[in-house]
Amino acid sequence: MKKYSKAFLRQLYRTMLRIRVCEESLVAPILNGDVRCPVHLCSGEEAVAAGVCAALDDTDCVFGNHRSHGHFVAKGGRIDALVAEIYGKETGCSRGRGGSMHLIDPEKGMMGAAPIVAGTISLAVGAALASHIRREKRVSVSFFGDGATNEGVLFECMNLAALKKLPIIFVCENNFYATHMPVAECRPDCDIADIAKPFNIPNVRVDGNNVLEVFETAKEAVAACRDGSGPFFIEAMTYRLRGHVGPDDKIQGAHTDIRPQEEIDMWKKKDPVINFERCLLDDGMLNESDVSAIKKEIDQEVREAHVFANNSPYPAESELSVYVFK
Amino acid sequence: MSLNNRKLQYSLAANEAFHQMMEEDESVFLIGQGVKSPWYVGNTARGLLERFGPDRVIDTPVSENAVTGAAVGAAMAGMRSVVVHPRMDFMMYALDPIINQAANWYYMNGGKLSVPIVFWGIINRGGEQAAQHSQALHVILGHIPGLKVVMPSTPYDAKGLMISAIKDDNPVVYIDDRWLHGDEGIVPEEIYEVPIGKAAIRKKGDDVTLVAISFIMRYALEAATELAKENIKVEVIDLRTIKPLDKDLVLESVKKTGRLAVADPGWKTYGMAAEISAFVFEEAFDSLKAPFVRVTLPDLPAPASSALEKLYYPTTKDIVQAIRGMVNR
Ligand SMILES: Cc1ncc(C[n+]2csc(CCOP(=O)(O)OP(=O)(O)O)c2C)c(N)n1
Ligand SMILES: [Mg+2]
Repeated sequence: MKKYSKAFLRQLYRTMLRIRVCEESLVAPILNGDVRCPVHLCSGEEAVAAGVCAALDDTDCVFGNHRSHGHFVAKGGRIDALVAEIYGKETGCSRGRGGSMHLIDPEKGMMGAAPIVAGTISLAVGAALASHIRREKRVSVSFFGDGATNEGVLFECMNLAALKKLPIIFVCENNFYATHMPVAECRPDCDIADIAKPFNIPNVRVDGNNVLEVFETAKEAVAACRDGSGPFFIEAMTYRLRGHVGPDDKIQGAHTDIRPQEEIDMWKKKDPVINFERCLLDDGMLNESDVSAIKKEIDQEVREAHVFANNSPYPAESELSVYVFK
Repeated sequence: MSLNNRKLQYSLAANEAFHQMMEEDESVFLIGQGVKSPWYVGNTARGLLERFGPDRVIDTPVSENAVTGAAVGAAMAGMRSVVVHPRMDFMMYALDPIINQAANWYYMNGGKLSVPIVFWGIINRGGEQAAQHSQALHVILGHIPGLKVVMPSTPYDAKGLMISAIKDDNPVVYIDDRWLHGDEGIVPEEIYEVPIGKAAIRKKGDDVTLVAISFIMRYALEAATELAKENIKVEVIDLRTIKPLDKDLVLESVKKTGRLAVADPGWKTYGMAAEISAFVFEEAFDSLKAPFVRVTLPDLPAPASSALEKLYYPTTKDIVQAIRGMVNR
């Protein structure tokens, strides 16, 4: 802990907390119907996005999936633009055309997110390819879930990236479930990091709820990519504290969460935001009044984001077809 | 209540087809995402896993290409496969086994090996789900030689067409719409087939022929009722199968009415409405009194925002206006 500056640690903490507060602020509007698009909350998984993106520059690229609020915020996307997007407003980051599953901020290197499982992995490889062709030092990051490791395209991508030594970091957020399927029902071997081995891609499994461990590994991966020895594979073990889609998993009112309660409780104790906060306090990197000042500031940012979203106009009817072609 | 007047939900009608066909024929099996849970396929797979076991009701990892290819291969090797894609959008990973392989296999191998498979895709539109979670891609598949494509709009047809699709020795694409799943209708308890390639007249009329399909049938019938108040008598045809087309029924109707309107839940350009218009033009030119009208999605990806969604999806009103314009020109 001591090797980091207070400013850096504070920033990391702020990023995670901003994601968490934003996610939790969506629960009530989802339940009362103000938010209508499908929302895949990432509460509990903040450390992966925050840790990886802390190792990146604005010029580095990130591609996300259906659960990308955290990737967007950690890469520098504005919370008000995120919330407005989820409300389907013109001021949203995708001008209300995409909703929660399509988040973008190209100026910050957030290149987009899309819910076709594994659908953006090859796009991230392509951004790495562009960097390689132009001899830039830009790194590309692909965030995907454990479920995406069942799609063949991931393996084609690892092969291609390794063959061409492309500067890409494959980040698998392993939260142990792909909708109703536990990872053990999807794979004969649950060590996902190992899938990179046959392609000679360095691979590391990290505690995805430990933001500094994620950051250190990401830093190593970024360095490798910058000096031409990419790709890199990171498996981050984590857990979602909310439903697959929406606040919880009430499927047709019949089931609740299919995950065992003991498992959920165990992971609640490993809450990445709370634990990091405790570490910072214990090590004297922050004091109680810093924490409450940060919380106050973030609560206000998120509250204002909802006000902004609510006050923003919907896309104009006359503009239904404006973005089909440039 | 007599056996033949039993009412059943659309989703349970399809479900009954699986129960009965899997009971009757041991070579039938169901594979795809979500078949063990209501998460993706609603009630359509209810009770199947419990009754037939995990060897014949196979929930899968997210591997559409491999799973679909495996279903195709199993069909070549003596099974009758049903492979489900809980959203048509996810089926795009599986287009190689569907189009290159299954659709062509019988022909390119000189009729030596057929592929008795059902590719079941569910359209799940609306709900601010945006471009990748709403697409109605029936026309892409209807374009491909060697594939039959059915799109039932009623619970009766949901069961009967699924049974026909399973019994067919060829690849059949069966497409339903999640918006239909809750509809109730009369569904006989016994095994019965609705023939593939046969449309049905749902309402008689002399002024306009309105061809519709799948979910948009509901709007077509509402529009016909609306227009009847203005003394415009619309004949509503439920196409049920988009390939092979029931040209005879459509032509017979257009020859009577002289006017054709098509309502398609897909996009306009190169769409189903274009195809129907084309063959009517070719084969009933002399009977036509007015240019065709097409009610379709505009040629754009589905927007998320409800403000745009409500413009994007055609409604009863759009059909009424289109037909009114055609009759009063
Ligand atoms: C190609 C494709 N198939 C199926 C789906 C349906 N689907 C949506 S999310 C999901 C599970 C993804 O699991 P994972 O990658 O582990 O991400 P998580 O939701 O756990 O974050 C599935 C199967 C999809 N969106 N795309
Ligand atoms: Mg997962």
